[in-house]
Amino acid sequence: MLSNALIVTRREVRDSFRDWRIMGPILLLTLVFPLLANTMTGLFISFFEANGAEPLLPALLPLLPMIVGFFPVSISLVIALETFVGEKERLSLEPLLATPLTNTELYLGKSFAAMLPPLLASYLGIAIYMGGLVFGGAQWRPPITLVIQILVLTTVQALVMVTGSVVISSQTTSTRAANLLASFIIIPMSMLVILESVIMVQPHQRYVLWILALGLLVTVALFVRMGARIFNREELLGRSLDQLNFRWIGRTFAAQFRGPVQHRSLVAWYRTSVMPAVRTHGAPAAVTALCLVAAFVGGWLAADRWPLPLDEVAVDDAEMLDNLQSWLELGRGNPALIGAAVAQNMRVLAVATALAVFSFGTLALVLVMAPFGILGFILAQVVSAGLDPLPFFAAVVPHGLAEVPAILLASAAALRLGSVITRPPEGHSVGEAWIRALADTVKVGIAVVLPLILVAGMLEVTITPRLVEFVLTH
Amino acid sequence: MIETNQLTKRFGLFLAVDGITLTIEPGTIFALLGPNGAGKTTTVRMLTSILAPSAGWARVAGFDVVRHPTEVRARVGVLTEQHGLYQRMKAIEYLDFFAQLYHLPDDLRRRRPRELMEHFGLGDALDKRLGEYSKGMQQKLALARALLHDPAVLLLDEPTSAMDPQSARLVREAICDLQRAERTIAITTHNLTEAQMLADRIAVIRRGRIIAHGPFDTLAHRFVGPPLMELRAAQPLNSVVAELSDLVTVVDQGERWLRYHTPAPAADNPTLLRRLMGLGVEVVTLSEISRTLEDVYLQIVQEDEGHERDVEPEPAR
Repeated sequence: MLSNALIVTRREVRDSFRDWRIMGPILLLTLVFPLLANTMTGLFISFFEANGAEPLLPALLPLLPMIVGFFPVSISLVIALETFVGEKERLSLEPLLATPLTNTELYLGKSFAAMLPPLLASYLGIAIYMGGLVFGGAQWRPPITLVIQILVLTTVQALVMVTGSVVISSQTTSTRAANLLASFIIIPMSMLVILESVIMVQPHQRYVLWILALGLLVTVALFVRMGARIFNREELLGRSLDQLNFRWIGRTFAAQFRGPVQHRSLVAWYRTSVMPAVRTHGAPAAVTALCLVAAFVGGWLAADRWPLPLDEVAVDDAEMLDNLQSWLELGRGNPALIGAAVAQNMRVLAVATALAVFSFGTLALVLVMAPFGILGFILAQVVSAGLDPLPFFAAVVPHGLAEVPAILLASAAALRLGSVITRPPEGHSVGEAWIRALADTVKVGIAVVLPLILVAGMLEVTITPRLVEFVLTH
Repeated sequence: MIETNQLTKRFGLFLAVDGITLTIEPGTIFALLGPNGAGKTTTVRMLTSILAPSAGWARVAGFDVVRHPTEVRARVGVLTEQHGLYQRMKAIEYLDFFAQLYHLPDDLRRRRPRELMEHFGLGDALDKRLGEYSKGMQQKLALARALLHDPAVLLLDEPTSAMDPQSARLVREAICDLQRAERTIAITTHNLTEAQMLADRIAVIRRGRIIAHGPFDTLAHRFVGPPLMELRAAQPLNSVVAELSDLVTVVDQGERWLRYHTPAPAADNPTLLRRLMGLGVEVVTLSEISRTLEDVYLQIVQEDEGHERDVEPEPAR
């Protein structure tokens, strides 16, 4: 497979290097920008030295190689963006599709070819800049680990941008559309470079960059897998217009929301449409459950590292009881409080779902894992301080019995919604798979999650405080 | 060999190809004709395993187009509607690239592109970049690409388009050579003269369906009628036409000429000549008026359009 892919790669790379309209600007930017950066660095160094801030230089100097390595990649993205769609526009795609190459071989071949120019340009830029620092006026010798870190980060960033661009190229119908969609790659990556720069100026926090690099590597693998999975010869050749068919979107959403059978009762809808949708979320729910447990355990373990001085805190039981009773009075006959609890939970789950769309589902998990981590942290603190954990359980369990399954199901739906584009079901396009997953998310949200959150809200306002009061007074 | 059974392709609600069933034997040239948008290119793409059928099946060179797409594409040579050449590549590099994709052995990979280029008169343009090629040269190069791996099946779209008469003849001869070498060849073309020259069998496709298929003579007889003969005489013929009505159907006449249909020219013409001679008519020439594929094709399409009109519901009043 790889040898066939490399046939395509060799041709593409040779072709790219022959196109002076692309290579000219890339080369210019690669050579000129680092030299400009060197000049700027010289000015910064003089300024810092003149103001007695030399100790800051080792922390600040690594910033520019990151930026110097980033710019050639963003310019070279044009190669990746037009790798499929450009060939389609030039009508040279069909002869290639008619050869014995498999989808995966063709996709990998073009992906490898798209990676090479940006990476080479990036390394060359960094080498010129670093060379200027090492052999120039600054005479700065960066630690080897820092150099490796910069190279690794630049490499994975370039790979994320290129693999994402190749996915875009294989799914759009024009180079213009592909270039417009490139903003969805360049802007987040620019922000990431800024974040990395902020971390880099703090030498003791630089280990975080390895975690970021690992996360980016996983993203590369996801993009490549997703791209190869959704690559479709038929759509590539046949699709000629990028347009939103709202009628089709509405019909598909409604059909998935309603379910396969025309039913006349709510019970029938639950049986034929809602329950099958819940079952579809089995695997994501298992992943989510594992993550929540891991977060809880992580919080518990973190308590060891950051113990709170709970045994030194004077707890006024009478004051606590007073506050509880005021809360109970407030809640009695005040349905608005239940509404507030429900609204808060639904808001968090809605935000998690929205974040899932842009992060293959991962940010949804991160958001819901946080409170579980906090719970583990608090419980561990209570136990290690020798305090009675019963009030903790009383404060969490009653409404938790309804709230935790709701969070689990909603997060699983969000995870599925975010990740379905990486592996659409057989016979479905990416768009159709996503709309159906969205319909399932809304369906499960309305039919299962919302009722559970309502019950949890009622329990949280009426039962939980009473149980805590009982535990504290007996 | 190419076999299809109820081959169908839908794009959403649009039915592009509707239940095509055909068999193309090795050593046969099959012409697929039809108006623009009829489904010819879609059919070819399914036979090349680029598009998957929505229903039905197709087997090309013994392999199913859905289950064994790689094997199918390794045995099919395709000349696509658009050349799609890489403009910055040299011709020899371009053919070498495809030779690698078709896994030609090294010696063949070195030899075959040059042989094909020489054969098509492009031997001097091996090292030219494809962007400098004329349209005709690009067409020949694309054909060379399709023949590179000596495929068992050839699917050729407008094989002589943009070519000068000499080159077009060269290509037609190459196609005939391939036919003699027992290759299965299907061509799609708007050049009906060429299709009539080359094809052993013809199929006319319209709105995704095959509306007529068979050898040219059979289609001509069915849609245009029996052969049309023209007789020219030295004397006026007005007085003798009535004497011939039992033998042939006179469809048109002039002072010294007449045209008639005869279902059996081999039998009827000698009898006709003897009768005319007996009547003292001196025959100057007797020849068949060629029925062209264009006549046949237009008649087929017209009849199909008429069928559609007949079955269309009455507009609401």
